[in-house]
Amino acid sequence: MDDFLAARSQMALSLGFHIVFSCIGMVMPFFMAVSHYKWLKTNDEVYKNLTKAWSKGVAIFFATGAVSGTMLSFELGLLWPKFMEHAGPIFGMPFSLEGTAFFIEAIALGFFLYGWDKLNKWFHWFTGMVVGVSGLASGILVVAANAWMNSPAGFDFINGQYLNVDPIQAMFNKAWFSQALHMCLAAFTATGFAVAGVHALMILRNQNKEFHLQAFKIAAVFACIGALLQPLSGDISAKDVAKRQPAKLAAMEALYQTEKPAPLLIGGIVNEKERTVKGAIKIPGALSFLAHGDFKAEVKGLDQIPKDEQPPVAITHYAFQMMVGIGTLLALISLVYFIHLLRKKSLLEKRWLLKLFVLAIPLGYVALEAGWVVTEVGRQPWIIYGIMRTKDAITPMPGIVYSFYIFSAIYLSLSVIVTFLLYRQIKMVPVLYNNSPSKTANH
Amino acid sequence: MEYVVITFLCLGILLYFLLGGADFGAGIIELFTSTKNRSRTRKTMYQAIGPVWEANHMWLIIAIVILFVGFPHIYTTMSVYLHIPLLIMLIGIIARGTAFVFRHYDAIKDDMQWLYNRIFRYSSFITPLFLGIIAGSVISGHIDTEAKDFQSAYIYSWLNWFSIAVGLFTVALCGFLAAIYLIGETEDELDKRRFIKKAEYMNIAAVLFGAMVFIAAHFDKIPLIDWVFKNPVGLIAIILASLSLVLLWYFLIRGKTQILRILAGFQVTMILVAISYAHFPNFIRLKNGDAISLFETIGPQKTIYSLGLALLLGSVLILPFLGYLFYKFQKKEE
Repeated sequence: MDDFLAARSQMALSLGFHIVFSCIGMVMPFFMAVSHYKWLKTNDEVYKNLTKAWSKGVAIFFATGAVSGTMLSFELGLLWPKFMEHAGPIFGMPFSLEGTAFFIEAIALGFFLYGWDKLNKWFHWFTGMVVGVSGLASGILVVAANAWMNSPAGFDFINGQYLNVDPIQAMFNKAWFSQALHMCLAAFTATGFAVAGVHALMILRNQNKEFHLQAFKIAAVFACIGALLQPLSGDISAKDVAKRQPAKLAAMEALYQTEKPAPLLIGGIVNEKERTVKGAIKIPGALSFLAHGDFKAEVKGLDQIPKDEQPPVAITHYAFQMMVGIGTLLALISLVYFIHLLRKKSLLEKRWLLKLFVLAIPLGYVALEAGWVVTEVGRQPWIIYGIMRTKDAITPMPGIVYSFYIFSAIYLSLSVIVTFLLYRQIKMVPVLYNNSPSKTANH
Repeated sequence: MEYVVITFLCLGILLYFLLGGADFGAGIIELFTSTKNRSRTRKTMYQAIGPVWEANHMWLIIAIVILFVGFPHIYTTMSVYLHIPLLIMLIGIIARGTAFVFRHYDAIKDDMQWLYNRIFRYSSFITPLFLGIIAGSVISGHIDTEAKDFQSAYIYSWLNWFSIAVGLFTVALCGFLAAIYLIGETEDELDKRRFIKKAEYMNIAAVLFGAMVFIAAHFDKIPLIDWVFKNPVGLIAIILASLSLVLLWYFLIRGKTQILRILAGFQVTMILVAISYAHFPNFIRLKNGDAISLFETIGPQKTIYSLGLALLLGSVLILPFLGYLFYKFQKKEE
């Protein structure tokens, strides 16, 4: 493995790891706030226990997300100093605001986790909300910075110099909205399905049914609303990418030749050498419609992109297919769930529906990671689209491959430990929060 | 606006040193506590730093963001030539933060605690050690941007006596800050005595390592004595620091916690001022005698303007909230 590949892999690994934890840290507080609100309103102990149980998960995820985020703010410089030297002052605005949001989040979390019975109960609830809102704001800001790499703005690039820097314009670049919207919905969907699925599993195992049922309901509503809105946001993103980054869109759809109208490919095996796709189902004109809102429009293929500016096609295409495929599946599950709710049937009788949710535990995150692969790999060979190449940004220090190995080991062990801790938290639910409905009634 | 940004940068570094330092120090104290008292120390420490530790570490993020947005050349120079110590420090930060949370939130307390504790203690030692090494390297003049071989570019930039002495000095200061902080966090007289003892040892260690820094500076040909003693501000700062040392011992014996905290914070601040004022606004000293100055490498005007504005706005939101957090969780108030 050469240093360039090692640096890219380390960055991908760090981001891929951080994303999961930050999404959970960003979304879970909202679940807690709902449950906390219900506890304050109904005095039903189940909700109090649920809020406490979730908050332990959040503490674990937040800490892991925070340290991996700290790591990233250094890693940008450790791996890509030439990128940061120029990009720092331009796309730094969202990071400086994010610093504030993140700080507030950490303070609010301190209040929330340690404030039980110490604070006014509504102030306590409010601090929980602040954790969620500032977490969400952090997420949006960081995505805005990433969007700048896809859609550079706020400076003039003249003779290799970055002049007339305007950080505000850079922050509100053309891609920030579509990317941030897509990311936020993905965070809610993925986290919602993961949480709902875990609780569904516990219901199926007949453990603390009341507790897990309430937990499931809260998480599932967020998950399903997110999953149903996501296709709309995906459509906005697709049209945006088609306009700004035709190379990325062509790679996503493995469109080697410019076509008019262009078909949408489902599945298929990409042969990068022969520049062909075999065995895909083609829906005529559908790509034209998705990209430009017109079934007959022309879609730029990779043949119109200079060879040294083309992203890797196979990875981008497969990742895109995976993301869309899972997204569709989750939207369908959501539809079924809502129909089910409308008919007012008890969930406990519909074991097959709960099983579907269990199946979906990892799916949201798989789709989310795939989506990041699409946007990051699809931007290659550029680190700043059309301005700076990734290979020109790398640190001059040799031996990055060793730091890649070290970090792989760290992230792997952290993932194992976090999973292990979560498993133990769930295992201990009956012991820690065992108050059956009858007990609560006596209370 | 550049003064606002630079002030916040200094403030971020200082507060990280004081608050984050006390935080690391708590782990160092635990490392040097006899086995039979460890669980008690752990308990006091958890109550003391549990609610605030995440916020304490945000100052590092604030400082680093100011550096890469406002002073990208400084940020990238450090990133390239101090890659290895930064990496070790980061591993320390990751290990420490996660171990601290994991050991508390593991629903079943069993042999795993042994592992968390080990990781927590050693990373609490290693992280400030390397923070100090990085700080020492930045001013030591060993960073060689013209280096041709791997060792002189990426190893000797930080592996020298001066940087290591600064690293050890930092560790001792962190331990000292933590001990002082913890004295006020316990009700138990016996524990109080123990923390006072710890504070005394850490203080002696700090003085010894401080002397070592001067000796190392002499051998590495770093004009540290000139910076500190031939500059009025440096001289005043070091005199004030020494004076507060005397007062500190006086109050330490009497266990006056609030005054102690203020004095300890003041003393460490003065030490930082004494070391850094003489070469301000130069931030990094290079081997060829040049220096990278804050003012000369500052980012574009509009960037600095909006960064300053963001920081001001942020502090209006953050500081009251943070103050209330510290106030609310100071001791048991009932």
